Amino acid sequence: MADTKKVKAHREPLVHIVKRDDMPSWKAWLIRIGTIVVSIFLMGCLSMMLTERSLIDTFEIMYRGVFGRIETGSTVMLWKYLQEIAILLCLALALTPAFKMKFWNCGAEGQALMGGLAAMVCMIELGKTLSYPVLLVVVIVASVVTGAVWGLIPAVFKALFNTNETLFTLMMNYIATQIIAYYVYIVGGGSNVIQPVAEGNLPVIGNNRYLVNIITVALITVLMYVYLKYSKHGYEISVVGESQNTARYIGINVKKVIIRTMVISGAVCGIAGMLLVAGTDHSINTDTVGGQGFTAIMVSWLGQFNPFIMVLMTGVICFLRMGAAKVADTCMLNASFADIVVGIVILCVVGCEFFIRYSVKFRHGKKEVKA
Amino acid sequence: MKKVIKVLALVLALSMVVAFAACGGNTEETTAANGETTTTAGELKEVKVGFIFLHDENSTYDKNFIDAAKAACDELGIAYAQKTQIPESNDCYDAAVELIEVDGCNVIFADSFGHESFLIDAAKKYTDVEFCHATGTQAHTAGLKNFHNAFASIYEGRFLAGVAAGMKLNEMIADGKITADKAKMGYVGAFTFAEVISGYTSFYLGAKSVCPTVTMDVKFTGSWYDEQLEKEAAQALINGGCVLISQHADSMGAPTACETAGVPNVSYNGSTIAACPNTFIVSSRINWTPYFKYMIECVQKGEEIAVDWTGTIDTGSVVLTDVNTAVAAEGTVAKLEEVKGKLLDGSIKVFDTSTFTVEGEAVTSYLADVDTDEAFTGDTEAIADGAFNESKFRAAPYFDLRIDGITLLDEKY
Repeated sequence: MADTKKVKAHREPLVHIVKRDDMPSWKAWLIRIGTIVVSIFLMGCLSMMLTERSLIDTFEIMYRGVFGRIETGSTVMLWKYLQEIAILLCLALALTPAFKMKFWNCGAEGQALMGGLAAMVCMIELGKTLSYPVLLVVVIVASVVTGAVWGLIPAVFKALFNTNETLFTLMMNYIATQIIAYYVYIVGGGSNVIQPVAEGNLPVIGNNRYLVNIITVALITVLMYVYLKYSKHGYEISVVGESQNTARYIGINVKKVIIRTMVISGAVCGIAGMLLVAGTDHSINTDTVGGQGFTAIMVSWLGQFNPFIMVLMTGVICFLRMGAAKVADTCMLNASFADIVVGIVILCVVGCEFFIRYSVKFRHGKKEVKA
Repeated sequence: MKKVIKVLALVLALSMVVAFAACGGNTEETTAANGETTTTAGELKEVKVGFIFLHDENSTYDKNFIDAAKAACDELGIAYAQKTQIPESNDCYDAAVELIEVDGCNVIFADSFGHESFLIDAAKKYTDVEFCHATGTQAHTAGLKNFHNAFASIYEGRFLAGVAAGMKLNEMIADGKITADKAKMGYVGAFTFAEVISGYTSFYLGAKSVCPTVTMDVKFTGSWYDEQLEKEAAQALINGGCVLISQHADSMGAPTACETAGVPNVSYNGSTIAACPNTFIVSSRINWTPYFKYMIECVQKGEEIAVDWTGTIDTGSVVLTDVNTAVAAEGTVAKLEEVKGKLLDGSIKVFDTSTFTVEGEAVTSYLADVDTDEAFTGDTEAIADGAFNESKFRAAPYFDLRIDGITLLDEKY
């Protein structure tokens, strides 16, 4: 702020922005962590203004909203937190290979919904006829395939006709939502509710309703890391992402890579939908994914397409979301408070990325503003 | 870089200072509030209620519950916690768990139809906690001691609101604004669901009881809360010649469309007079405060809560807002009092089979779908003593006959 004022005093308003490559990664990380801490304090100050509670009170409520009464040995809230992380992370992981390829898949929401729908249809239509192990396999395969197909369609159009994938995948979300609304109407009738189905649910490990989901996503995280970092496919994805011409020059079939990567992206989204439907809800409605497909876009970006950093990012975002929701409920604030809080933090982090990658230079002054 | 650190440090230091300043001022207040909540027990069992709401106070449906929760708990001086924006999914189960484990609630209430199955899940796990659910249908068949349904005979309230609408139509006919055969009302509904059908039919029968030539068009939006769709549906009905609009959906869409078009509106869930002073006539709503008080007092005294509780005009659960005399026909207030008295003493029955026909014939027998099953098959004879007995076999409505005089413009939902 001080610097902007100085510039004004000199009456030299022209600034230009220069890309910088000189920032060591430890410095960049320091800035990122600092930004998160500051933005959390900002959020605390905001809720303090709205609720007339102290900052420490606010953080205590947030902590309760995420971890519950963990000191008394009650771990239910912790598991819920891990479940929230698992689902958001799964969607973010699904988007990552596509993003690395610079294919802007904004369709995680729809791909997950379609995967969930496939699971739901199998559970309802085949639940009474197939034996449990067969049904389970059918449910899993159906969701993976349906999610993959929902990702494949925009990829084929991109590869063959070079359509804009951002718009295409976004529109596919609306189609998926409407298909689900229609299916809920067919099954649920006027009540607009599909009652939970007991058949074809994922197995429950150790009386914990979220453990299967958490383990599945943990596995996907490791696999995705290995796939992106050590496999030939992963290498091809990054080359196509850097420059399609280079990729062609070294003999990579770009169309094939685009289609293959989007099938994987859609399939993993399908798994996320399956975890929600067969794993926890046993029912479906248009809110089943609840907009997390869009939050996942941010997570994948903020995690710099690295699965393990994404774990941290989802941890932070889910903590803020659950914590802020608790603050909103306890202090009788509007529930949108949680969205505002997550918005503030994301905005700050995105803002700091800008200053990590670019520096702002002024025409005459030799000073650099690095913050 | 040094500057960055300086700025960071400054911001951190500032927020700390602010934090501690606020902290000092607030400690006393919090302890006072805590002290108050713990002194209410006496010889009664201590109760803390956890409320689960589908949306927040922006939805008229949820606002009605949120206000009632506050009123009941404040009146009885008990503590409560709430969770808003809880979708009809496993999130409802999680919300119940959180309210029990973290907030220490021993009574849980959820307000939306789709919450029911997830609440039953939680009821099976926490057998020492009481679970109450509005609009649900499964308590009388679930066989759980700690799971209860509740609803109100809101069809009586709608009938009264219909009487006010019919009188307004009569006034328009008398003033020569419309002819008797043009007395057509419009109704914006959410889904073709018994709760909605029961609602618009009783509203129509109320109007018909004072204005015999009335007809009604119904449009469905396929959503309980979609301001734009509700607005468009109301506008379409007005364009189609409806001279009075009512609705059973939760946003301000239909009332605001009426205010813009200058068409009288009979509202639901609460008064819309502030936003619609020139068109609002009256609104019926369920007042949940009596049920909440009943539910809390049962737990305090260690008594059992009814499996299926139906609130009535008598219990104070079915209420009308103040009539907007600037818009309503003359004498509406007196007429409503008279009809209310007759509903109370039983001389008027809302679904009196002599007042309506289905495909030209009077209804003498009808199997209603009272026990929920996948195929929605009828199982209970609902016609007795010359009337359809709504809310008698279970609290949630099950009247779903399509009576003559009402045209459904779309049935896609």
